[in-house]
Amino acid sequence: MRRSISGLYPMLLVLPALAGVGGAAAAALFPPLIGADSAAADGEVFVRQNCAGCHAVDAIDYVALGVQERLEREAPPLYYAGNKYREQWLVEWLQEPEAIHPAGYLRLEVLQSTNADDSVTNEDIVDHPALSEDEAEEAADYLMSLRPHDDLLEATGYSPAEPAMRMAMMHFRRFNACSACHRDEDGSGGVSGPELYTAGERLQPRFIASFLAEPMAWDPYSGMPSSGLNPDAVHRLADYLLMISEE
Amino acid sequence: MKRSWGIVLLCAALPWTATGADAPEWSATGTDNPVSAAAGADDLERAESLYALYCAQCHGSDGTGDGLNAPYMDTRPRDHTNRSEMGGRSDDELFRTIAEGGQAMNLSVMMPPWEGSLDEDEIAELVRYLRVLCCQE
Repeated sequence: MRRSISGLYPMLLVLPALAGVGGAAAAALFPPLIGADSAAADGEVFVRQNCAGCHAVDAIDYVALGVQERLEREAPPLYYAGNKYREQWLVEWLQEPEAIHPAGYLRLEVLQSTNADDSVTNEDIVDHPALSEDEAEEAADYLMSLRPHDDLLEATGYSPAEPAMRMAMMHFRRFNACSACHRDEDGSGGVSGPELYTAGERLQPRFIASFLAEPMAWDPYSGMPSSGLNPDAVHRLADYLLMISEE
Repeated sequence: MKRSWGIVLLCAALPWTATGADAPEWSATGTDNPVSAAAGADDLERAESLYALYCAQCHGSDGTGDGLNAPYMDTRPRDHTNRSEMGGRSDDELFRTIAEGGQAMNLSVMMPPWEGSLDEDEIAELVRYLRVLCCQE
């Protein structure tokens, strides 16, 4: 894997309250994994016992919970992980997790506790716990079975193609201003959204296309705007993200 | 946008002073527009949450233009606490900028259109919240 992580953006939590506290606080946040000594631990049981504290494993009642749920959410929902992630990446990342969100997973606590320029320091970011190979495979096996949105993927009609890189980069950085919130290379672009230079490694191509076109279909309170891109524009951006992940 | 507001946009393109049969259904200076209609404390509380999610990333949690992304942008996000700058923008301009994005208003393309994420009531609430940020003593 190239560098960080991703998808489970998840896990890279930004917990401002722990800023500067370091390992002890992180240990308190992530107690020893249940079932860590049992290679036979069932994937669903493992995920529900070890992941559900921060990640939504079941569908979120967005209507009832409203915007506040998103602001207080600690990590990305996993209830559609099977529609979103690539399994191989998931297994690898869970064993060696790296930050996907340069400033940590965005939430109200982060925005309200930052410096004058709202910058988040590395000390604010709590690492996602690393799983053993067996645990990672068990967890990934279960997570990949969570596919409530197959219909959204099928609706994209997207098949990856090789983009004209220079123009595709212009669309990403200038015409659509994706770089306001996302990075398409390390150190270049905004930090509130997940970095995208490894998006192609961690995300399924049709998920990328679907989310670009209709982020609210996946998360009604996504911080990603529904920009009304036409299918060609969506596919061009998806092609770009897949291509830069291969470089 | 979650709710239809084509009428609103159509009206936004018309002069505020229009009267009679050509008058818009609401105007930024009138009493029936979405902006003036959203005035309750609950609305402002919700607007504060919406601002935190959709705006603070760039404009900063306190609205001063110093959000997480600001250091990496070519154009500095607008300081929503700047009374003189914000005072020169009508409610309708703010409404349309939030809804249609900066490019549609000859402003920065870095400001995305939020009409696909927010309904017209929510945008109106945000406009009112901007007035609180900039101009409330």
